[in-house]
Amino acid sequence: MSVAKSLPHDAARLHVTGTARYVDDIPTPANALHLAFGKSAIARGQIDAMNLHEVKSAPGVVAVLVAGDLPFANDVSPSAHDEPMLSDGSVHYVGQPIFLVVATSHLAARKAATLGQIKYIEETPILTIEDALAADTRFEEGPRIYEKGDAETAIKGAARVVEGTFEIGGQEHFYLEGQAALAFPQEGGDMLVHSSTQHPTEIQHKVAEALGVPMHGVRVEIRRMGGGFGGKESQGNALAVSCAVAARLTGKPCKMRYDRDDDMIITGKRHDFRISYRAGFDENGRIAGVSFMQYTRCGWAQDLSLPVADRAMLHSDNAYLLPACRIESHRLKTNMQSATAYRGFGGPQGMIAIERVLDHIAHDLGKDPVEVRCLNYYAARADGSGASGGDISNQNENNTTPYGMAVEDFELHGMTAALLASSDYAVRRAAVAEWNASHDTIKKGIAFSPVKFGISFTLTFLNQAGALVHVYQDGSVHLNHGGTEMGQGLFQKVAQVAASRFGIGLDTVKITATDTAKVPNTSATAASSGSDLNGMAVKAACDTIRERMASYLAELHQADVRTVRFADGNVIIGETVYSFAEAAALSYQGRVSLSATGFYKTPKVEWDRIKGHGRPFFYFAYGASITEVAVDTLTGENRILRTDILHDAGASLNPDLDIGQVEGAYVQGAGWLTTEELVWDEAGALRTHAPSTYKIPACSDRPDIFNVALWDAENPEDTIYRSKAVGEPPFMLGISAFLALSDAISACGDSYPALDAPATSEQVWATIQKVRNGI
Amino acid sequence: MSNIHVTTTVNGDEVEFLCDPRETLLDALRDKLNLTGAKEGCGTGDCGACSVTMDGRLVCSCLVLGAEAEGKQIATVEGIADGETLHPLQQKFIEYAALQCGICTPGILVATKALLEKNPDPTETEVRYWLAGNLCRCTGYDKIIRAVMDTAADLRRAS
Repeated sequence: MSVAKSLPHDAARLHVTGTARYVDDIPTPANALHLAFGKSAIARGQIDAMNLHEVKSAPGVVAVLVAGDLPFANDVSPSAHDEPMLSDGSVHYVGQPIFLVVATSHLAARKAATLGQIKYIEETPILTIEDALAADTRFEEGPRIYEKGDAETAIKGAARVVEGTFEIGGQEHFYLEGQAALAFPQEGGDMLVHSSTQHPTEIQHKVAEALGVPMHGVRVEIRRMGGGFGGKESQGNALAVSCAVAARLTGKPCKMRYDRDDDMIITGKRHDFRISYRAGFDENGRIAGVSFMQYTRCGWAQDLSLPVADRAMLHSDNAYLLPACRIESHRLKTNMQSATAYRGFGGPQGMIAIERVLDHIAHDLGKDPVEVRCLNYYAARADGSGASGGDISNQNENNTTPYGMAVEDFELHGMTAALLASSDYAVRRAAVAEWNASHDTIKKGIAFSPVKFGISFTLTFLNQAGALVHVYQDGSVHLNHGGTEMGQGLFQKVAQVAASRFGIGLDTVKITATDTAKVPNTSATAASSGSDLNGMAVKAACDTIRERMASYLAELHQADVRTVRFADGNVIIGETVYSFAEAAALSYQGRVSLSATGFYKTPKVEWDRIKGHGRPFFYFAYGASITEVAVDTLTGENRILRTDILHDAGASLNPDLDIGQVEGAYVQGAGWLTTEELVWDEAGALRTHAPSTYKIPACSDRPDIFNVALWDAENPEDTIYRSKAVGEPPFMLGISAFLALSDAISACGDSYPALDAPATSEQVWATIQKVRNGI
Repeated sequence: MSNIHVTTTVNGDEVEFLCDPRETLLDALRDKLNLTGAKEGCGTGDCGACSVTMDGRLVCSCLVLGAEAEGKQIATVEGIADGETLHPLQQKFIEYAALQCGICTPGILVATKALLEKNPDPTETEVRYWLAGNLCRCTGYDKIIRAVMDTAADLRRAS
């Protein structure tokens, strides 16, 4: 079997030789044209007059388009049709595309795009949460509220209460390959688009709308992305549509790629949040009730903000059984980039708030935060397999989330015990305390944080996938499915599934680009669902072909079809052993169809997002991490000294790839909460628009000691080979780095360090001053 | 402005191209010589995705003009393997799963090879700080460091 093996990434050899092709590497004919957007210089207002004469007469410029020049739809929104690709006369953020330059080179297009003379009638931009609340600019009619029990009464009746307000910054995706698209006009008005996208079907849909053709007139292909992280779920629409429209207009291939600055200035990022909390609990730290008020700045257009904000609400419990809970969520419309999907999709923001609450409770009681966390955990899996150290009294309170879903697969009791032991937590915690008692300048901190992350799209109909598998007469296999490869190793994992179903080696399976003409109506490769959905769809397609081959060969040999086996590159019928290639050739000659589609839809999910009730998730994925840090109290500078992680990938399809996801996600999560700071100035311009001003973790920031292991347990739900999704859940393990910094700061004084995120050196330093002054 | 004729050596082969005097070496490699292994990640020398060596010195090719390559020896990721035979560094990156999306990989390999040629026995800290200018958003760097340390040890044993 090819599954459950640590095989390298499918394109590893191409990557190390520099021959893996990304969109910008695809050879283009010499007559190809290049595109760039002219952007808004203000955050809010109306365009009074526009003089594009200089743009049009700049060297190399072939055409300049404004909204009125677009032949059909001027919309690149993935949801609410509220996102004109080129300004409709109103301006909503600094960097909004206003006109499109088509030129003979990338540089010529970019240079010309800076020459537009635009006069605006400026309006006061809505930039802050306060601005938006005062003006009541929001998406949806008012806040969404999910409730379980009567939180207010529970909090009032509790022995102790903590409360606070917490700022949580956004995050730039910083996929190292910027957004890119390339369109080739075809005969009869058809269009072929290469797009660096997680969602080819969405690109196809938006391009079709923009060209005024049915979806069958547009084919979208993507072999690989240089990173996605959610930033290529909807943000590639504008580039693909621009290329297609310009290609239609000029009859020439058109390419557009954002320069890094444009990419950061134009595209949406992770939603920032402000979350206020109140929690009531007893003297042991057991929570009676929690209330959260969540505000998020969604930017100028709706994009995916509603499901993102929903998911923040859905992760407000994280791993804890909350007897009473109230979550109120405000989705505010502001004059900024339209915030979008980013690994975790709101989950991290919801989760860090409840982790903050647990941390605050432990500080209030003077207890080890791990103890308080374990006390409040959901009850263990019913079969007891995740149970060591579990508190069964929780069983008595209906082991349900604030949205009414029973938690049946809880793994964290066992995982926590295992991680505390393997990381030597108790000894190290004592050593940190001892260090802090004898050192004034450098303080250390150590923290544990768990993850329980819901797997499935919360928009239930998206939980479907298709596949198309061909077996050729020489026994080679051609594999297509709707998932996209952005580095996560999806293609290899799915190929492992196909090879396992046919009992053949991976060298027989050709992995191909995702193509809307082969598999239609796909969902975005998002919500960590890639392997779960596409693995099952491919399995279904392979099994169909396998059954056809088996039936034919069984008949040929007068054998029972159930005795036909596919293993070790052979097809075995009684005494007869055919190579898979021979079996394929025989089947072909016997006029057996060797091509099949496969389809899968996730069972059990059912969700009402307005009521906030149901089962939005098929299952949960779990993780636990412990981070130790050192902080220089004179400057706030800090380092991660050691990280220990235990992560649940079910029965992993490919442990090496999964561990890679866990390590990368942790570092990215830690980056979100530490060095990655987005700064908009008072006029609404993003000042952190390149790696010179926006700091993602570098090689030198990696933890000195970094121990990562997978938790060995099958998914109790019937997923592909009992594996679990692994893309997003480990991102939230980075929360332990933030809590460790908070722990180090708490060694500087008695008050609770109300540290905001990101905990940049400045933020850490300022919080140290507050704690020292007893604020 | 008229184009400049440049004669240079890339991965051991003498090549010629015409370029705009303002054109970067990165664009010349990608657009004129069809060597697309070096990538543009930022265009400002902050991410290292465009790393190449010029007369043995590690440079960001987005910060070097194409015209500056005149008479120089340029080495890119495409020249690291010997025909079909991978360099030990390339093999270790595959073995250690030290890549995900792969777009930073060419720059990291070029930078690492330059380090090992200069210092065959680097400490882990030296590797970490040498590669601090090569950003990777996917891996978290751990497997990269391990692959580099193991390659260095192997190469020392072999020499």
